[in-house]
Amino acid sequence: MIELHIILFFMILAALIAVEMRGLLNSVIALGAVGMGLVLQFLLLRAPDLAIVQLVVEILILILLIRATVKLDRPSESTLKENWAYVLCLLLFAGVFLWFGYRALEGLPLFGAPEMNVSDYYISNAMEQTGAANIVTSILLDFRAYDTLGEVTVLFTSIVGAIAVLRKIGRKQ
Amino acid sequence: MTLYFMTFILFCIGMYALVVKKNLVKKIIGLVIIENAVNLFLILVGFRFDAEAPILEEGMGKMVAFVDPLPQAMILTSIVIGLGVVALLVAIAIRIYEKYGTFDISQIRELRG
Amino acid sequence: MKEEQGMSILVKRITRMTVSLILLYGFYIALHGHLSPGGGFAGGVIFALSMIHITLAFGAEGVKEIMSKAKASFLESAGALLFLLIGVSGILSGAFFLNFLPTGYEFRFFSGGTMIFSNMAIFIKVGAGLFAVFVVLAFLGPEGHTEDNDGGEK
Repeated sequence: MIELHIILFFMILAALIAVEMRGLLNSVIALGAVGMGLVLQFLLLRAPDLAIVQLVVEILILILLIRATVKLDRPSESTLKENWAYVLCLLLFAGVFLWFGYRALEGLPLFGAPEMNVSDYYISNAMEQTGAANIVTSILLDFRAYDTLGEVTVLFTSIVGAIAVLRKIGRKQ
Repeated sequence: MTLYFMTFILFCIGMYALVVKKNLVKKIIGLVIIENAVNLFLILVGFRFDAEAPILEEGMGKMVAFVDPLPQAMILTSIVIGLGVVALLVAIAIRIYEKYGTFDISQIRELRG
Repeated sequence: MKEEQGMSILVKRITRMTVSLILLYGFYIALHGHLSPGGGFAGGVIFALSMIHITLAFGAEGVKEIMSKAKASFLESAGALLFLLIGVSGILSGAFFLNFLPTGYEFRFFSGGTMIFSNMAIFIKVGAGLFAVFVVLAFLGPEGHTEDNDGGEK
């Protein structure tokens, strides 16, 4: 599984570049590299549904962020000074987080051997109970459709919120 | 194990952008990186060696091993929710830019007085 | 004289040829979500991307004839309500979100009961909603004046 390590290392590099680049447009494009690395990871991890969704969603996120930056970017904004107290606090937080994360990993099952108590039921019963060949879809729309309803509600609310924030009507000139 | 730890490092990079950077677009980028890291971690936990993607095919035996389909279904919703969140954040950031003429948090604070 | 909107003639010709294929692929992904990788979410985002493609190539006027912002908002609400209706109609036969239709033939198109309709509802909802957000963002001028192109707001 060396290719997973290589792609993940590439994603970390792209994330660092995205965070530290001067121009906003460069950062947005580097973020696209992170998302495309994630698509490759999903394909290698046998999740084709997620690869398709992540691919198209990443393109749409790039379009939205480029719309936010391309006309509005000003060169004077690229010379920002960070507060070093924040950086020190964050380094402390990152150290504590990574230490506890490392300790917590000891309780997880080993990589490549998951415990699938619930999923075994879904896998063995998906065909008889729902008749769908795609097990992910049968979980999404049949076994756990209530979660999907909540997800649709969240998406609806966020889109209505975005349209309400951006509309012209009722705004003082 | 190393793979899990590398996703934690990716999470920390996103958190760094979210906390330290003063540009609103950089903060949104940090949030997207955090989302990617968490999604990847959960899919890695559900991976199984020598297993197939969870899609049945005609003539496939009963004893074929599949990777865990449950995290995949949940992450599928999580990705689309992330898109909605980013759309809302971009809308608010553009409104702030129109009002104050900058994406810089500290300058916005000074302008408000 | 009306000002020419959008990109050059080359982009417009290529867009006319490719956009229908992209739209068809989105429909295919959404309709076959219960058999192959894909589903309503992926298909909906592809639908929104094809509409964005038209918007970028032809400008605001070109896309207004196909789908205005009011139409997109209506379709978004209709898709969400349709999905809820599928869930509620399961109550009639026993439980919320019960798959009350027959499961059909295995590995054929007519299988999975309500899944085809759920996928199509999510397809309409996601596609129209994301396109509405893009239309609002794209027609917003850089100085905060909305160019009077967003139909149906008056």
